[in-house]
Amino acid sequence: MKRKEDEKLIDKKGLRLDGRRLDEIRPIKIEVGFLEKANGSAYVEWGKNKILVAVYGPREVHPRHLTLTHRALFRCRYHMAPFSTEERKHPAPSRREVELSKVIRSALEPVVFTELYPRTGVDAFIEVLESDGGTRCAGITATSLALVDAGIPLKGLVAACAAGKIDGEVVLDLDGIEDQKGEADLPVAIAPRRNEVTLLQMDGIFSYDEFKKALGLAVEGCKRIHDMQKEALRRKYTIVKEENGMIDEEV
Amino acid sequence: MAESYSAAGAFRKKKISELLLHDKRLDGRGLTDYRSVKVETGLIGTASGSALVSLGKTKVMAGVKIETGTPFPDRPQDGVLTTNAELVPLASPNFEPGPPNEASIELARVVDRGIRESKALDLSELCVVPGKLVFVVFVDIYILDHDGNLFDASALASVSALLTAKMRDYSVKKNGELKFKKDYIKLPLQNYPVEISLAKIDEKMIVDPTLDEEMVADTLITTAIGKKGEICALQKRKTGTYSMEEVLQAVTIAQRKAEEIREKILGEFIDEYEKA
Repeated sequence: MKRKEDEKLIDKKGLRLDGRRLDEIRPIKIEVGFLEKANGSAYVEWGKNKILVAVYGPREVHPRHLTLTHRALFRCRYHMAPFSTEERKHPAPSRREVELSKVIRSALEPVVFTELYPRTGVDAFIEVLESDGGTRCAGITATSLALVDAGIPLKGLVAACAAGKIDGEVVLDLDGIEDQKGEADLPVAIAPRRNEVTLLQMDGIFSYDEFKKALGLAVEGCKRIHDMQKEALRRKYTIVKEENGMIDEEV
Repeated sequence: MAESYSAAGAFRKKKISELLLHDKRLDGRGLTDYRSVKVETGLIGTASGSALVSLGKTKVMAGVKIETGTPFPDRPQDGVLTTNAELVPLASPNFEPGPPNEASIELARVVDRGIRESKALDLSELCVVPGKLVFVVFVDIYILDHDGNLFDASALASVSALLTAKMRDYSVKKNGELKFKKDYIKLPLQNYPVEISLAKIDEKMIVDPTLDEEMVADTLITTAIGKKGEICALQKRKTGTYSMEEVLQAVTIAQRKAEEIREKILGEFIDEYEKA
C-alpha cells in the first residue's frame, strides 16, 4: 500500500480512507469458544485484524519455581504470526511483543480474582494472525472473553479501543495506515463495570486538550466494545442453555 | 522480580500508607517533590556523549555512540535511533545477568518513545546517502544503582547525553563515500523531552517514587513532555487502575514537573547546546 506523502487521511466530507466517520469503529466480529482444547478461547475480527486467544488454567505453573503461594500467577503472551504483517515477521518475540505482553497482562490482571487460586497459573496466549493497527486492543478485548469462557472468576470484562489524531483531528480506532501516517495513537482499556482505566499508552504528539478529548473518545469506544462483548457472550451461552432445555435470558 | 508475601513488605506498605494520609512521605518529601537531581556529562571518553544522573540514591548512566549503517527500507531518508537499557546486576540484588527481560525492554522502549515521538533527534539530518548510508545513534542506558524511578532518571540521562554528544564533521564524496573532518559537530536536536513518573498509592499520586514506594504502589504512570508542554508518550506501567480524572490529573502534574526539571536541570545543557 503506497500513498503519496501529501495525501489526506480525511476527505472533504469528513470521511476517512476506508469511509468511516471520525468516531466510527471498524466492523467487528466476535466469537467465543472457538477452540476445542483450550479451557477458554475467543476469536476477534476487528477490521482486517484477525486475533485468536486461548486461555489455559488454573493449572500447575511451569517452571515451578515461579509458583506464588498467595495467588495465581497470571501470564499473557502476545505474539504475531510471521505472515501477519506486510513484510514477514521473524517468529522470535520482538521487543515490541515483549512490551505488549507486559502491558496486556497489566490491563487484565486487575479484574482477575487471582487470590482464589494460589499455587496455580493462568496463561493467556494471544496470536495475531493478520494485523492492521489496533492489535493490542483487539487482543485485550478477546482475552477477557477467553477468560470468561475458561470459567475464571472475573470482577468484570475489560474492553479496549484506541483513539488518535490524524490530519489534526481526534478520531476513534486507528487502522494500520492511520497509525503509520497519523500524529498520535492512544490505546486505552477500561474495566467498564467500575469505570477504571487498566491500559494506557500513547505515542505521538497531543496538546492537553487534544489528549483529554482523545481519552474521552477512547473510553466511549471501549463502552461500545463492551456492549459487543456482552452480546457475544449471550450468543454463545444462551444457545448452550437452550440445548439443555434451560432457557434463560440472562448470562 | 519474584513477588511473594513478606511481613517486611506489609509493614512498609502500612507505614507509607499512614504517612500518605497526612500527605507525607518516608523521606520527608511532599507529594509532588522531586528528589535532588545531579547530572554530570562527558565522563566517558570513548562515548560520543555520556551522562550520569543521580536522582536521590538512584544512579543511571547513558552513553551515546554514533556509527554508520543502512536505513530501514521504509524510511530510506532517515537516520536510525536505537535505545537499549541494561539492568546491570550491580544495581540491585534483584537484577540478574542475561538477555534483556521484560523490565529492561519496557524501560528502553518508553525512553525511546519519548525521544522519538517528540522528534528530539532530527533523523532526516542523519542521512548521508538516501537508502544506502545513514548515521545510527545508539543510546545505551546503564542502571548502576536502583532506588526507584529508573524511567525518569534514564530519560534525563539519555537527553543529557544527546545534548552534549559530539560527532565528527563530515563531507560526502561524489561516489557516496564518507570523509570525516577534524572538527566535531553537535547532534541535530530539536526538542528536549522530559519524562515524569507518578506512583498511585491508596488513591494518592506521588511524583518521583523511591524503590520502597514503587514496591507498594498500586500502579505507575510515566508521561513524556516536550518543550512546548506537549504530551509525547504515555505508559501505565503496573497492574492497578486509574479513573479518567486521575489520568488527567497525572498528566497535568507531569506537565508542570517536566517544565521545572527542564529549566532547572537541563537548562544549562540546553543553553550550551543552542549557543554552540
